[in-house]
Amino acid sequence: MNDLLTVRDLRIRFRIDRHTSVEAVKGVSFSVPENTTVALVGESGSGKSVSSLAVMGLLPRETTTIAPGSQIRFNGVDLLALGPDQRRALCGKEIAMIFQEPMSSLNPVFTVGFQIGEVLRQHLGLSGRDARTRTLALLGEVGMPDPAVKIDAYPSQLSGGQQQRVMIAMAIACEPKLLIADEPTTALDVTIQKQIVALIASLQKKRNMAVLFITHDLGLVGEIADRVIVMRHGEVREEGAATQVLQAPQDPYTRALLYCRPTLDSRPQRLPVIDDFLSGVAGPGIAITERTRGLTANDTPVLVVDKLCKSFFTRQGLFGKRTFKAIEDVSFTLARGKTLGIVGESGSGKTTVGLTLLRLHQATSGSALFEGHDLMTMTERAYLPYKRRIQIIFQNPYASLNPRFTVGQILMEPLRIHRIGADDRARVTLAQALLERVGLPAAAFGRYPHEFSGGQRQRIAIARCLTMKPDILVCDESVSALDVSVQAQVLNLLQDLQDEFGMSYLFISHDLAVVKYMADQVMVMQHGKVVEMADADTLYRAPQHPYTRSLLAAIPRGIKSFSSQ
Amino acid sequence: MTDTFSPGLWTLAWRRLRVDRVAMAALGVVVAFLALLALSGMGLVAADWEREVGVNYAPPAFIGPDAATAAAQAAHVALPPNPFDPLAGDIAVLGKTGAVVAPESKRTTLPFGADKWGHDIVKKTVKGGQTSLVVGLGAALLAVALGTLFGALAGFYGGVVDDLFNWFYSVFTAIPSILMILTVAAVLQQKGVATIVLILGLTGWTGPFRLIRAEYIKHKGREYVLAAHAIGASNWQKMFHHIFPNVSHVALVQLSILVVGFIKAEVILSFLGFGVPVGTVSWGSMLNEAQNELILGKWWQLAAAASAMALLVTAFSLLTDALRDALDPKLK
Repeated sequence: MNDLLTVRDLRIRFRIDRHTSVEAVKGVSFSVPENTTVALVGESGSGKSVSSLAVMGLLPRETTTIAPGSQIRFNGVDLLALGPDQRRALCGKEIAMIFQEPMSSLNPVFTVGFQIGEVLRQHLGLSGRDARTRTLALLGEVGMPDPAVKIDAYPSQLSGGQQQRVMIAMAIACEPKLLIADEPTTALDVTIQKQIVALIASLQKKRNMAVLFITHDLGLVGEIADRVIVMRHGEVREEGAATQVLQAPQDPYTRALLYCRPTLDSRPQRLPVIDDFLSGVAGPGIAITERTRGLTANDTPVLVVDKLCKSFFTRQGLFGKRTFKAIEDVSFTLARGKTLGIVGESGSGKTTVGLTLLRLHQATSGSALFEGHDLMTMTERAYLPYKRRIQIIFQNPYASLNPRFTVGQILMEPLRIHRIGADDRARVTLAQALLERVGLPAAAFGRYPHEFSGGQRQRIAIARCLTMKPDILVCDESVSALDVSVQAQVLNLLQDLQDEFGMSYLFISHDLAVVKYMADQVMVMQHGKVVEMADADTLYRAPQHPYTRSLLAAIPRGIKSFSSQ
Repeated sequence: MTDTFSPGLWTLAWRRLRVDRVAMAALGVVVAFLALLALSGMGLVAADWEREVGVNYAPPAFIGPDAATAAAQAAHVALPPNPFDPLAGDIAVLGKTGAVVAPESKRTTLPFGADKWGHDIVKKTVKGGQTSLVVGLGAALLAVALGTLFGALAGFYGGVVDDLFNWFYSVFTAIPSILMILTVAAVLQQKGVATIVLILGLTGWTGPFRLIRAEYIKHKGREYVLAAHAIGASNWQKMFHHIFPNVSHVALVQLSILVVGFIKAEVILSFLGFGVPVGTVSWGSMLNEAQNELILGKWWQLAAAASAMALLVTAFSLLTDALRDALDPKLK
């Protein structure tokens, strides 16, 4: 098999300011054979996206330097030696790319038909009528429902999955030899992800393309890739056939990536983290103790939610208003020291449940009894003492910490508001102790959030909640924005804190594997309604509702876990 | 990463600003103007600007004395005593008692010339700059303070409060600005620096209001504000303790844009005769005088006031531009 794309000793540097620069890609070599799917896997900062952008020639010219010894050969042509015009002629025609965010990759003011047609007119010189016919055929090929109508739709009128289909149609319009897919499913729900991955796989076979599939999710790789390249910190850690890399990984880092993600069929006491693998504490053949989950008869309820509803109103016409029911008749009981997982896809209302319980949204009807008092109907003043009892950790640690506050100020604020601690000196001691408890140095006290990584910021957010010693902690997609290895560490921390302080968690996530690991009881939501609720083990073993079943079926199962090996 | 406390927003902004040479030069000019303002305000510089030290319209020193004036003065000195002067005796008596001071000898040239009354143009420009800067800074501070307060309230609370402020805003902006200024001037019925500050401040808040309101709308839904709400921070704390530091760059940039605008506005007002009262000098009143002088070919007062203003305004604009970049809130 001939190599279509060969990258040899690629070194890329980014200039940050006049004196400093970082090497993002450190001598990477790999090749993509014809008619094959190659997956480039790594966490953030591994250089996987940068390498692919270098192939497309999309790196910002002013700040990027590609070292002179680097080589990118496509079909025998050295891309780095080509002029910008020749490069542009190749891109889109011979090499095409799909990006992560379909919404921001499509121009919102043109119809999708026009945007696909543009590629055809530009590269193939088709006339308007011919381009439209081809566009219709392409939309049909990528599985767009009702292509004759959707061709005149604007991107905002399509769902995320449909938008990604348009992006794919655009990419394959000129029958490229190489398709680069940069995290094409990361922004999509699991069920849609499954469809898109299947689509890419079938197109690859049908059109004899080569696909370079970039992802952070090793589970997904098993579903699509023939070959796998694992990257970390700008270097290739392991390369090989997919079955070999996924089933018998040689590099400890690959092993760590594979196994620090929670799986559906095993629930260890603690999730192994990367360091465990690198130091050999964890690995295949090393026994793990399983944690048992589920409610027992002795559990006392701490929060009883009954028929909670939340509607949003949008104005329609001059006087009319349209009601949108975000959540409808949600009822559940949260037991002390236990975790209730809420799963669902985007738009299911799972986040609204969390925000409404914290009164960040005003509930339309229903009640939430905490120690016999209804949190939903009491006045703002009466609610104030309860604020410290129920806290929330948001999804995005980059947005939930005020960038203008030091970590110290962030932690001191709730202590001052709720008059915890005798004086400021006592509060500083308390805050520093909490920082150490969540695994940060006490020196972090005087620093600003932007100096910390995503995982560390999430620890700061956790510490902020801990200052108030809450009874209930709402974790709203709290680990979804984190890399797999960091995710394991934060999940371990949350579990340790629950064991230590006996907090109850409301764990909201779209990730069924993570919920399986964390939750005692699971509630599945769809379109604002609860469709199924059961003990975690029961629900995953014997899902009753068809929606739950389709969710479970959509989880990529590229690999087998330790316990089943 | 050895020190326990990290550089804050201002330290970082200062570091970024220091690399920018143009910005540093502009900052130097602005600081020099502010220092002059302080000195003249304390009376250390240009306190005696009203002394008529030169002959009227004495030209700048680098041009040399006006031929006609010099001749006249020379002729005056050469004038022989007049034996038939009927007042000579009285004047001699008065002169001995000290009631009549011998006319000072006036200078025929000054460093940058003199105006109609023989005031030193350099001192007049410094004194005029004091008025202009006080007006510019004072009015800009007032306008931005009002705009920020209204914008914060409107953006944060939304709903009826927002509608109310927006109507108020629309009424203000519906009237042509110069008419608005003249209306407020007519209502206040007092000429003075404080009046001009009030006029410009009360009409200039609309721009900052709109921008700050938009920022508050954007920020109030951010997770860090929701988190502040969840821990029990009050609305006031959320508005000014949490959100304001994150939008302060907008207010600051507005401030410097308005300073430039108001210095120019004061010039226009004074030019129209609605500006500073008689006896107070500003760059605007200097330009107002210059229109008559220019016909006589006396260009130096115009040149002095105009170039001082151009220098300050240009420096301030450049500084503003650099500040906007340096204060970019993307602290990553």
